[in-house]
Amino acid sequence: MYSKKFLLDLYKTMYTIRVFESECIKLYRQGLIRGYYHPYLGEEAVGTGVCAALGKQDYIVSTHRGHGHCIARGADVKHMVAEVLGKETGYCLGLGGSMHIADITVGNLGANGIVGGGIPLGVGAALASKIRKEDRVVAIFFSDGASNNGVFAESLNLAGAWSLPVVFVLENNHYAVCTPVEKSCKADDLYTIGQGFGIESHMVDGNDVLEVYAAAQEAVAKCRKAKGPVLIEAKTYRHGGHHVNDPGAYMPQDRLEYFKSRDPVTLGKGHAMSIGKATKNDIAKIDKAVQKEMDEAVAFAKESPEMSEERFFELVENY
Amino acid sequence: MANAKTKAGRELQYREALNEALKEEMRRDDTVFVMGENIGERGGSFKVTVDLIHEFGADRVLDTPLAEASFTGAGVGAAIAGMRPVVEILFIDFTPLIMDQIANQAAKYRFMTGFKGSVPFVLRTQGGSGNGLAAQHSQNLEAWFCHIPGLRVVMPSTPYDAKGLLKSAIRHDGPVIFLEHKLLYQTKGPVPEKEYVVELGKGDIKREGRDVTIIAWSHMVLHALKAADVLAQEGIDAEVVDPRTLSPLDTELILESVRKTEHVVIAQEAVRRGGVGSDIASYIQEQAFDYLDAPIRIVAGHNTPMPFNLHLESVCTPHAEEIVAAAKETVYAEKRASA
Ligand SMILES: Cc1ncc(C[n+]2csc(CCOP(=O)(O)OP(=O)(O)O)c2C)c(N)n1
Ligand SMILES: [Mg+2]
Repeated sequence: MYSKKFLLDLYKTMYTIRVFESECIKLYRQGLIRGYYHPYLGEEAVGTGVCAALGKQDYIVSTHRGHGHCIARGADVKHMVAEVLGKETGYCLGLGGSMHIADITVGNLGANGIVGGGIPLGVGAALASKIRKEDRVVAIFFSDGASNNGVFAESLNLAGAWSLPVVFVLENNHYAVCTPVEKSCKADDLYTIGQGFGIESHMVDGNDVLEVYAAAQEAVAKCRKAKGPVLIEAKTYRHGGHHVNDPGAYMPQDRLEYFKSRDPVTLGKGHAMSIGKATKNDIAKIDKAVQKEMDEAVAFAKESPEMSEERFFELVENY
Repeated sequence: MANAKTKAGRELQYREALNEALKEEMRRDDTVFVMGENIGERGGSFKVTVDLIHEFGADRVLDTPLAEASFTGAGVGAAIAGMRPVVEILFIDFTPLIMDQIANQAAKYRFMTGFKGSVPFVLRTQGGSGNGLAAQHSQNLEAWFCHIPGLRVVMPSTPYDAKGLLKSAIRHDGPVIFLEHKLLYQTKGPVPEKEYVVELGKGDIKREGRDVTIIAWSHMVLHALKAADVLAQEGIDAEVVDPRTLSPLDTELILESVRKTEHVVIAQEAVRRGGVGSDIASYIQEQAFDYLDAPIRIVAGHNTPMPFNLHLESVCTPHAEEIVAAAKETVYAEKRASA
């Protein structure tokens, strides 16, 4: 039922995220990226599956672990690398950095340094869509830690009370920094929180892009028929620590191995080959193209200028 | 000078000094407990609570869910009920999430209960720029808290002050906002083995001088001291006054210094608009106008959210050079006038 092209596109997106994060971690280790850098490694299927179910006019709201959402929403990695390097050619002119990438032109309303801070913003975007009778759905990404925060409960309730076109995408990677989800919430499955608010809620294998896609597609369709919101809990796992400087020693080795054995990128490749009948050659072509694009992006970002003081002070005058 | 008074001997990092203060107070008083995100086994992101969980257990070292408003409110409630909680909020930038609990609950409770209730509560958090953490992780928001009657606001610059003030904060019977700086955690300084406290509301002369008073707090004290060294080479003898507590402010110490030097530079990392520096300046001109030989100069952060870009971040944050320039301007402005 899924075409070869569609499956290869999903794979390409996930592989792009994988390569983007891997290359940027190298840049970080070389001292070219500063500040906090939270890789999306291991969670590629969630952003990819959800964004594949969205239309051009729709919005996403991202998080501090947002590079994957950004890429899945169609960002140009050139401007992403430039942003995380603090260059003027970055999406936010180098003023935002990794935790604040936004690309409003493609409906990515932005990442957020305040955990949970984006959730009500997404609800507001959906409200605007409803008031203006536009056919826009908002996918709000957030993780288990954010689900502990008060704004999540309030936003869920508000979106429910007003039947807003929101897909709440709870990326349950089982950790908020080093705090395991079992220690921060009594519920075994976080999607049940939505049920308490009367909201249709589902759980999917967040490492399987097709499962994510199917659930997201259904949720988006419901939202378009004013039957939203919908909550999707996607179970997944980070491939490393919380950020680049966190070794993640507290993550039990066997759990990590289990999730790595269900690596979303490898699973996605498998789908393309088994369901889509893609060949090794098709995959190799994609891998090569992705790596090339990334190499060019890194070169572009390195060569790009930083904003001058003059331009900066001009911009922030009277701010 | 408090630090000079301590015998040569043990040096601790700022974060170690804070850690020691917490340990000592938790041993001394079993109503003292700490809570915050990832402060147990991990010891907090800035390693201030390291090892506490091993000595005091998970009942007194609470790893909270990511729910700032509710765990801060729970801390305030526990304080009302007779405990002495020390709540850690990872970044001062996240305190907007807890402002109702701080401004409307903790700060007002004693007043609203006709001075019958009390809130022995400490909020520890850190601010400041310099690590490339961009707009939502680099702010200096001390002015917000100073603006709320009912709160004590503390901003130590040295390991010695950090330890002594945290101990006083924990023993204080009202809410104390204890503001650390991310660039100070690794700095070292003398901390005596013998127990001591630093009184809330008492400033400290970090360097004595005759020609100009530089008022600075938190990380800016380091820049002010550097500036004073540079000024000394040019024959200007700067006095560095560190209020240590911003609310209540040690106005006596400040006025005494101003009357002596007759020139004032105030250096704050926070953006200038609506800042504590302006408030101190207005107080000085009201109380010591006749002593001033030149206008008070304020060196402050640029009125902008903090840019991620390294160079621009630095441009938006004041350093020793700006303090030097401002000090020279005040001193030479007077020389020009009297020439
Ligand atoms: C309001 C707020 N509290 C705390 C933090 C510090 N912090 C940054 S990421 C993080 C963990 C977030 O966990 P989760 O929501 O599960 O997202 P994940 O990192 O797993 O993607 C914490 C505590 C923050 N940035 N904002
Ligand atoms: Mg998480």
